[in-house]
Amino acid sequence: MSIMSHNGGSVIAMVGKDCVAIASDLRLGNEAMGISSNFQRIFPVSDRIYLGLPGLATDVATLREKFRFRVNMYTIKEEREIKPETFAHLVSSTLYEHRFGPYFIEPVMAGISKTPTGGVKPFIAATDLIGCLNFAKDFVVAGTASDKLYGVAEGLWEPDLEPEDLFETISQTLLNAVDRDAFSGWGALVHVITKDKVITRTLKGRMD
Amino acid sequence: MNTFVDLYSTTSATAQLRRAQKITEEENEEFSDGSWGSQAGFGTIVKGGPSFMVPNVPDPTSFLRLHTDDHADPSCRIKIQHGTTTLAFRFQGGVIVAVDSRATAGSYIASGTVKKVIEINPYLLGTMAGGAADCQYWETYLGMHCRLHELRNRERISVSAASKYLSNLVYSYKGMGLSMGTMICGWDKTGPAVFYVDSDGTRMKGDLFSVGSGSTFAYGVLDQGYRWDLTDEEAQELGRRSIYAAGHRDAFSGNTCNLYHVKENGWQFVGNYDIAKMHYEGNGTGAGPYGYEPRITGEN
Repeated sequence: MSIMSHNGGSVIAMVGKDCVAIASDLRLGNEAMGISSNFQRIFPVSDRIYLGLPGLATDVATLREKFRFRVNMYTIKEEREIKPETFAHLVSSTLYEHRFGPYFIEPVMAGISKTPTGGVKPFIAATDLIGCLNFAKDFVVAGTASDKLYGVAEGLWEPDLEPEDLFETISQTLLNAVDRDAFSGWGALVHVITKDKVITRTLKGRMD
Repeated sequence: MNTFVDLYSTTSATAQLRRAQKITEEENEEFSDGSWGSQAGFGTIVKGGPSFMVPNVPDPTSFLRLHTDDHADPSCRIKIQHGTTTLAFRFQGGVIVAVDSRATAGSYIASGTVKKVIEINPYLLGTMAGGAADCQYWETYLGMHCRLHELRNRERISVSAASKYLSNLVYSYKGMGLSMGTMICGWDKTGPAVFYVDSDGTRMKGDLFSVGSGSTFAYGVLDQGYRWDLTDEEAQELGRRSIYAAGHRDAFSGNTCNLYHVKENGWQFVGNYDIAKMHYEGNGTGAGPYGYEPRITGEN
């Protein structure tokens, strides 16, 4: 049994029109046995950046605190909020520091940044467990249901979705993918980040 | 090399099997296996048993153990249906048989609509855990022999005899990778009966069994609710509720529950119940959902 699927769980992020969405399931397991159906693995980094940490639960807690610390230090030193692109590199280099004894986490991040002209630019990225960055223009996935998520997302995603349509797309993608994965599921949580607000919703899913 | 081994090895299971085949082939050469419609040989009953192709290697038993499913070695091999929850119990009103319907290959849920109760004949049911093909094939084969028993003896086979036939049969293939954990359930002269039979050769009579990766969760609910004098409705609800509990907690069990009730005049299929539906809405009798409050809130 792989340590990456010891606790189970999956995260997906998608790009829409001037918005992004990030969603995860809520299962915490001990191998085959479900322990909790309310395990949060997506955390706000700033008002417009969210970070998903699928993988080993102990490292979810550790990395969450580590990133909180590093982002706070960045904000104090630079006297400005961190940009999503910068944060992605912070995640990457933090993970690569542990190249020969990695955290068992494959982070997914989603955020929007303001352009100098006053517009907004959606941003999503994912890395592997030692920090190889993957900037995608459509969607990124990670976790035990990642292969299933790729399949469903490939079929459902389309460019320039409005926030409500993006919510529907990411919700259906996640719910249908985790129904084919033994280690993910037990409910889901979705965040849609737009330029002036974040919509957060809990989803009912199959509980088996 | 192989012929040499065939001729001179006397102890291996394959050698004995081949010798038996050789003898029976000499007895009956009028019909080939193919003429009965099956090379594996449901039609070869007259010869004493079906014959299988055996890997053409010096030691087929160790070759099979290397490549097929055997719970002694959980690493890579031919993947067959594994995670399961099945249960059966005896009570005043007969036997309740309840199973889930999920089939997994690794972490992938390959199917959510598997029939894990095998209807051997109108009075006998078998459950399926372990190798799906092994259970299906051998329990169907058992059904044929139960019918022959009826014809020969002008009376139905007892559950005890049927289960012993199966356990002796799988024992003769011990070490060759058969994987099955099954409960043979039925009603005979002695009343309701449940026997546990597995591919190690174990055979046990009992009142209450649960088999599979989710069996511990099912036992939890089953043990606290079980009594001999359960009513039919109470017993059916207990079976359903136990499979729900296993489907909920165990990653490798779930999707739906199939429920059977064996009575004096044979088994009847009670119903198919969606586990997600039981969680949020209950069993349809208006008794309320099985899941508890914090787990059933959220948006649709």
